[in-house]
Amino acid sequence: MNRIDLTRFPTINLLLRSRWPQFLIRAITLAGFVFTILAGLFGPVVGSHNFAIIFVWIAWWSALKLFFIPFGGRSWCSICPIPMPGEWMQQRGVFSPTGKGFGLGKRWPKKLRGNWLQAGGFLLIGLFGAVTLTSAKVTAIILFSIIALAFILSLIFERRSFCNYLCPIGGFTGLYAQASPVEVRVKEKQICAEHSEKTCYTACPWGQYPLALKSSADCGLCMECLRVCPSDNIMVNLRPWGSDLGQKAKHNLGDVFLGLVMLASVLVDSAVFLGTWGQLKSAAYEVGSLPWLIFAGVFLIISLGVLPGLYSAAIWGAVRVGSAKTTFRKTLSKYGQVLVPLGLMSWIAFTVSFAFVKFSYVLPVISDPFGWGWNLIGMSGTASIGQSTSWSGWIQILLLVIGLFWSSKVTQQISESKKQALPIVAFSGLFTVSMLWLLIG
Amino acid sequence: MKFQVADSDLINRIKNDWWFFVLLILGLLIIFVPLPQAQAAPIDRHLRIEASMYQFTPGVIKVNKGDKITLDLVAMDVVHGLSLDGYDFELTADPGQTKTAAFIAEKTGVFRFRCSVACGNLHPFMIGKLQVGPNLMFIRAMLLGILAMGAAFWSLRKPFSNLKEVNN
Ligand code: SF4
Ligand code: SF4
Ligand SMILES: [Cu+2]
Repeated sequence: MNRIDLTRFPTINLLLRSRWPQFLIRAITLAGFVFTILAGLFGPVVGSHNFAIIFVWIAWWSALKLFFIPFGGRSWCSICPIPMPGEWMQQRGVFSPTGKGFGLGKRWPKKLRGNWLQAGGFLLIGLFGAVTLTSAKVTAIILFSIIALAFILSLIFERRSFCNYLCPIGGFTGLYAQASPVEVRVKEKQICAEHSEKTCYTACPWGQYPLALKSSADCGLCMECLRVCPSDNIMVNLRPWGSDLGQKAKHNLGDVFLGLVMLASVLVDSAVFLGTWGQLKSAAYEVGSLPWLIFAGVFLIISLGVLPGLYSAAIWGAVRVGSAKTTFRKTLSKYGQVLVPLGLMSWIAFTVSFAFVKFSYVLPVISDPFGWGWNLIGMSGTASIGQSTSWSGWIQILLLVIGLFWSSKVTQQISESKKQALPIVAFSGLFTVSMLWLLIG
Repeated sequence: MKFQVADSDLINRIKNDWWFFVLLILGLLIIFVPLPQAQAAPIDRHLRIEASMYQFTPGVIKVNKGDKITLDLVAMDVVHGLSLDGYDFELTADPGQTKTAAFIAEKTGVFRFRCSVACGNLHPFMIGKLQVGPNLMFIRAMLLGILAMGAAFWSLRKPFSNLKEVNN
């Protein structure tokens, strides 16, 4: 129902099926990644003049939230350079798999599965956010550690274990990809059931079995299954936004935790970077000092205590008016999907508020990436202070209000009655008001 | 005949989706309807803002529309600036010095002001707020939020499904 299979269009089909376009784009992103690390290490110390800072935290991080995720779900993961070197070893080939690769190919330990580590990684980035966002060296070191870690893990564990269980960006994109308008699915279930080799499963770097895909959270849109299926039974669909959310969606406690961590992070980031509280900014910046410890404590209390507490209270209210069958634990997981549209739209609104003002920094650092006085595109030294307009304010309001509408609607869809939906809608409302207050209050 | 079919389809659509138009109109009303504001007589205000890494003190200033604002910007540690969104107003003060300038707050709303001289790592996030009159945008946003929650409750109601059965 209302899907458009993109592989039906010959040109798109060709572009997706051929390894070349993806390979070329990934070659460019990998080069950009290496370049960013170098610029971070050797470029100017002033953050707003450093290519690494501006490129990672203004250009890429905004593009991810404004473009890649809302229009393509995990599309960033399909061109991400981070797992590339590891994948070359695993498939013993730079361009396409050639026989048995290097690496131990162990399975990822059961205990460490789920979204917990990704959520933890995201929390860590938040705790050190003020430093990573302003220090190019730290940004470069983090980027290098991420790619090194991904490389080492791919030698020990099978497939993209790093992406599946550790990458904090992967946690973020996977969560919100469920609301996105792109999906990889099989065409005829019957054909898959009768095909005993399951070529697609063997080929999938993400360890997914396309027939079993219920949500787009864990599919990296890498198109390998499309390439290897002998019966041409894979389709790449455009679909309505939010298709993975609703009655049938299965959520577990890890998803709920990830969703709540993302909500807490967007609140804290808004307060630190867009608020008027200078002491909060300094506290977040002086890692290791007493004020920072207090900041870290408050951050952790909000993300591990206050928000989960309020959410649980809302769930408790919903369980009380629900039928006898509903258990607290099940309900806790079931409503996790409500956090997806709520968080996604809040992050987009935050990005509009944050990045639009700072966008004038982008072209100058492309013009002079190392601060050596170059003027590649004639834009060096044109950075301005930037200002926000009432337009951007209204865009933020509309985004937040759409998020509230969307999450309330999902709440309704999965509730037994309007009365049961009420406490959870109230939770979403409360969160939206806090965001509104931080962004335009 | 064909026309009639199309016609009744349209009417059905309007019947089924009327709430959408009602919501749209309500939403537009919330955004655009001028709200009555108590207009205080404009006065002269002399304000002192201390700029230090990375904070303006006070960080939030509330004035009324039409007030004449005379601003003393005091740089407490290093060179700082103050550039006000929406107004063409900028000041720069050297360490320990005070710079003064005046403007008339003729636009209502909340306006951010930012440090305009690179003063350290967190300089890009050194922000204060000037609120001229009530923050109507925030009030309107809250009303829109309530409308959105109401709309979510409404949108899942299957309109006229019983009615159709009766008609058939
Ligand atoms: S999960 Fe992380 S490392 Fe893996 S492709 Fe996505 S962004 Fe890149
Ligand atoms: S299901 Fe297909 S597109 Fe998705 S990650 Fe696996 S191989 Fe790639
Ligand atoms: Cu300053």
